[in-house]
Amino acid sequence: MKLTLKIWRQKNAKAKGEIVEYPLDGIEEDMSFLEMLDVLNEGLINKGDLPVSFDHDCREGICGSCSLYINGEAHGPDRGVPTCQLHMRMFKDGDTIYIEPFRAKAFPVIKDLVVDRSAFDRIQHAGGFVSINTSGKPTDANAIPIPKHDADRAFDAATCIGCGACVASCKNSSAMLFVSAKVSQYALLPQGKVEAADRVLNMVAQMDAEGFGNCTNTGACEVECPKGISLENIARMNREYLSASLKG
Amino acid sequence: MAKSALLKSSIAKKVAMALSGLFLILFLAQHFFINSTSVFSPDTFNSISHFMGNNPLVQFVIQPILIVGVIFHFVMGFVLDFKNRSARPINYIKNNGAANSSWASRNMIVSGAVVLAFILLHFYDFWVPEMVYKYVEVNPLNETRYFAELTHKFVSPVRTGIYCVSFLLLSLHLWHGFNSSFQSVGFNNKYSRSLHTLGYAFAIVVPFGFIFIALFHHFNH
Repeated sequence: MKLTLKIWRQKNAKAKGEIVEYPLDGIEEDMSFLEMLDVLNEGLINKGDLPVSFDHDCREGICGSCSLYINGEAHGPDRGVPTCQLHMRMFKDGDTIYIEPFRAKAFPVIKDLVVDRSAFDRIQHAGGFVSINTSGKPTDANAIPIPKHDADRAFDAATCIGCGACVASCKNSSAMLFVSAKVSQYALLPQGKVEAADRVLNMVAQMDAEGFGNCTNTGACEVECPKGISLENIARMNREYLSASLKG
Repeated sequence: MAKSALLKSSIAKKVAMALSGLFLILFLAQHFFINSTSVFSPDTFNSISHFMGNNPLVQFVIQPILIVGVIFHFVMGFVLDFKNRSARPINYIKNNGAANSSWASRNMIVSGAVVLAFILLHFYDFWVPEMVYKYVEVNPLNETRYFAELTHKFVSPVRTGIYCVSFLLLSLHLWHGFNSSFQSVGFNNKYSRSLHTLGYAFAIVVPFGFIFIALFHHFNH
């Protein structure tokens, strides 16, 4: 495949970035998108140019490290996969592909296509956990009966890998799908119910403090989420939040 | 949680926006019901209009609440839109919004601004003359004037056209807004699918019903 890549290049967080065009040949449709970028970077290094920086780690769709806004969509045109599992067969020979970093005030660009997503970590620190005493003889979690329906929904919410595609896709840069998945995965389980009120209040307060926008229910986040996190979680978070606020 | 923190929170604003929207949907439904009587029976339209225009509960309790609701919904809409835009200071060079969301959902501020402009025109057309008639000039009660006042406004093809275009934008606003309101207040369950159907039906029937009423009076009077 022969491609024209238009990639956002930015030296550092303070530099003014720009789109730079790279012609690329010899790409096979079985390659992953990140392997295609590896080929580009090898060529750049061989020419003595700086390679394009981008986030990646496991390359098997579970770590949430990869990002990229590809041809106007977070993680590109495929559905239910992050960028590392996007394959070049989704593109045609001769295509021009725009590659930009995830954009949000709360996700500042560090370099090229790498953005700082530590805002998600701070939201998690604010309440995305259960406090369990592990000393002595803790009760085995498996000994607590949990309705199958609740367990399934909690697990679905827990599949969120925190990649930030929801923020990147949302026209408002809202993080509500991410936060609601984390709120839901605990709120649905008995172990998480104990701290549910504090959790939702603290996580939403941190989300607002980070400068994310507000959800207007366009549903773009759900469509672009590589793990198919449902909007049901946002409705649940809204209920949890209102209930916790009214309880005082 | 401190009340001030609650009022500042993104979710509280979203819920307030949704509740004011649902209130305006109720108002729209009753307005549509009253206007539709003008097609079938001018006398019924006159009677209901006279009741709405002179009942103290409607005039001095419900009407002020409605005006506050309208102002709140629009002001909050613009405030939230400004905040949301500032959450992404640098936009994408290539963005394919149509791949994951409807035009109506992405452009609520556009459809909302058109509806706001329409409401201002509508106030100028009907509400302001009504207030002047009743409270400035203090004219005697006339139970049969309403139908003639309504049809008189739809003589102009330009005004009728503006009304029709505004209703199209209202339809788009409701297409997203009706169901979005329920999602915002946390309603997402096994009944949501039926509710979505109701929402889409409302977004079509009411605005297009208003268009029909406007065209009906334009071509018949």
